[in-house]
Amino acid sequence: MARMKFLCDAERCIECNGCVTACKNENEVPWGVNRRRVVTINDGVVGAEKSISVACMHCSDAPCMAVCPVDCFYRTDEGVVLHDKDLCIGCGYCFYACPFGAPQFPQAGAFGLRGKMDKCTFCAGGPEKDLSKEEWQKYGSNRLAQGKLPACAEMCSTKALLGGDGDVIADIYRQRVFKRGKGSEVWGWGTAYGKPDQKAAPAGAKS
Amino acid sequence: MTAARKFVLVGVAVLVALGLGACGERDQVTVYKQGKYQGKPDTKPWDNDPAASPYPGSKWNKGEKTSWESAVKTRNLAQNEYTRAE
Repeated sequence: MARMKFLCDAERCIECNGCVTACKNENEVPWGVNRRRVVTINDGVVGAEKSISVACMHCSDAPCMAVCPVDCFYRTDEGVVLHDKDLCIGCGYCFYACPFGAPQFPQAGAFGLRGKMDKCTFCAGGPEKDLSKEEWQKYGSNRLAQGKLPACAEMCSTKALLGGDGDVIADIYRQRVFKRGKGSEVWGWGTAYGKPDQKAAPAGAKS
Repeated sequence: MTAARKFVLVGVAVLVALGLGACGERDQVTVYKQGKYQGKPDTKPWDNDPAASPYPGSKWNKGEKTSWESAVKTRNLAQNEYTRAE
């Protein structure tokens, strides 16, 4: 398996916020924290309005991981970026480093008290016993341990939000672009560099 | 030496040992290694029993990575409505 990724099709997203609601419900995310949100540009401009659902992108070279002073981040075998809340000191460096604004901090009490960082886990829980009460309380649902994919992607009504193995969702998206005949936004590691199971073209062959 | 005196001596020895032990110094902070994950180890999703879930999803052989991957891939392909409609 390659890496777990999200891909949001801006041509399909209708800003229903169903993914946000699904995430909130699945993980019982506290008030004030949004692991996922929908961003809209050109709001109200006919033909130019585009929406995209954004959460942690589980970067291959994650800046949050690089800046964390207590090294509480780790990457799983499936490429999911997770963190240990027992180590997190809530400093907020990851928030400043993240280009997507994925790290969130629960705010409670006076003087803007900042709690430990919370972010999208790709519904993969965290460093506690899988499907345990502790894991649920700290990190939310662990759907990967149940053979499922993130709730936001699986319930997306227009299938704008795809989540799963990067190569598989890139294939789905490519087929979609070919069918509808528009969009040159096909991207992904497999698209750019070929898949591991594809044989390299013989030298001198014309493409 | 009377029994009472022995008892007092043993008591004092125990108290001294406990007192000195309490004065000992031990690390109270995590020793960080730069650039290395310092937290608790995580378990692999395929090491779980698929039947253990209260709401079972895919089925795979416990502990088999390839089996879990193929189960998740099948589920992943369900996001492609073109194949579902055909």
